[in-house]
Amino acid sequence: MPAFGTGSGAVALRFRYRKRESAMTAVFLGIPTAPRDVGHLRGDQSFPDAARGALRDGQLRANLGHATSTIRAKRARVVGEVPDWAELREAGRAIKAATMARLDEHLIALEEQVTARGGTVHWARDANEANAIVTRLVQATGADEVVKVKSMATQEIGLNEALEAAGITALETDLAELIVQLGDDKPSHILVPAIHKNRSEIREIFARTIPGVDPELTDEPRKLAMAARTHLRERFLRARVAVSGANFAIAETGTLTVVESEGNGRMCLTLPETLITVMGIEKVVPTWRDLEVFLQLLPRSSTGERMNPYTSLWAGVTPGDGPQDFHLVLLDNGRTAVLADEVGREALHCIRCSACLNVCPVYERAGGHAYGSVYPGPIGAVLSPQLTGVEDNASLPYASSLCGACYDVCPVAIDIPSILVHLRAEHVEAQTRTTPEAAAFRALSKVMSSPRLWHLAQRAAGLGRFLARGKPTLPAALPPPASKWTRTRDLPTPPRETFTQAWAREHGR
Amino acid sequence: MKVALFATCLVDTMVPQVARATATLLERLGHEVVVPAGQSCCGQMHVNTGYRHEAVPIVANHVRAFAGAEAIVAPSGSCVASIHHQQAAVARRAGEHALADEAELLAGRTYELSQFLVDVLGVTDVGAFYPHRVTYHPTCHSLRLLRVGDRPLQLLRAVRGLDLVELPGADQCCGFGGTFAVKNADISTAMLTDKMANVLSTHAEVCTAGDASCLMHIGGGLSRLRAGTRTVHLAEILASTEEAVNPQQSTKPSVPA
Repeated sequence: MPAFGTGSGAVALRFRYRKRESAMTAVFLGIPTAPRDVGHLRGDQSFPDAARGALRDGQLRANLGHATSTIRAKRARVVGEVPDWAELREAGRAIKAATMARLDEHLIALEEQVTARGGTVHWARDANEANAIVTRLVQATGADEVVKVKSMATQEIGLNEALEAAGITALETDLAELIVQLGDDKPSHILVPAIHKNRSEIREIFARTIPGVDPELTDEPRKLAMAARTHLRERFLRARVAVSGANFAIAETGTLTVVESEGNGRMCLTLPETLITVMGIEKVVPTWRDLEVFLQLLPRSSTGERMNPYTSLWAGVTPGDGPQDFHLVLLDNGRTAVLADEVGREALHCIRCSACLNVCPVYERAGGHAYGSVYPGPIGAVLSPQLTGVEDNASLPYASSLCGACYDVCPVAIDIPSILVHLRAEHVEAQTRTTPEAAAFRALSKVMSSPRLWHLAQRAAGLGRFLARGKPTLPAALPPPASKWTRTRDLPTPPRETFTQAWAREHGR
Repeated sequence: MKVALFATCLVDTMVPQVARATATLLERLGHEVVVPAGQSCCGQMHVNTGYRHEAVPIVANHVRAFAGAEAIVAPSGSCVASIHHQQAAVARRAGEHALADEAELLAGRTYELSQFLVDVLGVTDVGAFYPHRVTYHPTCHSLRLLRVGDRPLQLLRAVRGLDLVELPGADQCCGFGGTFAVKNADISTAMLTDKMANVLSTHAEVCTAGDASCLMHIGGGLSRLRAGTRTVHLAEILASTEEAVNPQQSTKPSVPA
């Protein structure tokens, strides 16, 4: 185990240390991944199976196609107008990489600053610990209801369900999260959780679930927003406890940041007496100046706006202004394990902008639910399997054609295709038994590394032409795995002679 | 210049006319073409499917086969991208540093066809004649890993008789993705369907690209639909002339119905 200050091991050590302080019972066995019994990082089906079902939903395809192409165009426009976008992007990447290399130090500095400013910091090793901490804090206030700011971390750990089990109602206040919650649905996008619904479907959900809603409600966006506003306003005013996530936390000042479009988050962050923020440990940035970079990168990449309408910043507690009781829950839940992987750790640089989802041809067709995790799309395909351990999300690294569109748009230049390929290898290398695929690839490796065997194999492949019985394409009914191809595409009939054979013959070898 | 031709495993085995056209074109431009007999595969399929250890001996074979070559040209953006971005990395990860160094040096002399023509040889008009309505699909790895940009379009615009039509949604993946096409066959087919819809909307006779693999995917789909549009590799178009529309570069569909 390395000393403090050398990355992942140090963070794990700090978590162990904190645990000992509080409970004196922890036994540290390796770097833990996100636990199985809680949260929303794992699906019920493999990606290909889930996607097969989603592909049959024509409405979903239409909704996603419309939404992602609109937001793609908006992003392209506002990114294109920034002359130094490439430099900004590199700055974002560099700040994240440097921060991760000394994550433990920045977290401890953050804890000191938050504490000095009247807040309380809690260290949660995993989803269960975080849920228990938040539940205990809410119970201590006597409240049986909390309002929530849109937060991926609390979706990840299944906080709403944990609170519900303790008799506490969690009300989502982000418009899209509210739609998902009212519709008893699951989020399908990081930024726009209800992206899979169109406005007439949203009208139907509101008409069915909002008490006392105008029976004349139409699917006009303004009318829908007003209905949600009326529904939420009363809840903001009566709320005593709010739960939020954080986009950034500044170590040097202990300042937390939430960026949003609607102002509903601002209501939650300012009106209640108690504020509990659950934040993944990777969200810390060292200095105030670092925000300059990210507050340019994030809105242009996510909503396609030059600047997001609401940026809330707070540090600890200010007497007479805003919540008088502030708690920050620092969540690991597998992040230290991600940090330990020198290729995969780049996934922790993600600022949750969703640009990669919006350009992904796989996401656009399968939709977010097919990924089984609250983190869908390309970033989800590299983040979820690392948080849970790759065996628990083994199909996700393969859920990509490696087209590279995600890497191009990522505002912090996460090389998602390379991480996907790396995780495929991690999955393959974790197998204890030889799969038929592994046997085939190993045999092919031997063949392809020996010109003599390769030429023999090419001749054998050429014999496939007899299956075609003189036709230019092979029959569609081939045995698996070839059938996976030939079910929807023809395969050309192999030629009688390869190019290299013909060339050697013509050139007298 | 003496050019070593890397046919690539897929072209050599399945669509040899693409390698033939590449050789014909380079010879017509006055260069000597050699085809190292020991060549097989760049290792990309192994790396991208998770078999990076197993890819190392394939990389070693490739490096052996092309040792000493002055310039290596392949009619495949994807394979050249793997040579540039993956070969040395997998060798280094396996602790084969000498191999990694050699692979890096070799990668520096390895070019995708359109890059070689435009950047190294400095030609855009290769003297080709191809009297057909053609649309161009910029394959993902040519576009985003190699950044070939509009080089293939410069070459196509200079082809006499060729009517170039823009492909809507050109930068969208066709859904091939190597073993992705098999492991996620349904999503792959959905992506292919949208690509084919765009190709067919151009009313082009021919869809061309710099990658035989993507063309086998698009062409296989078009052929299954009995669509008239066929797929022809960029090298086949550039090799075609008034004097020699040779049988290898016929105007028949590459995957005919």
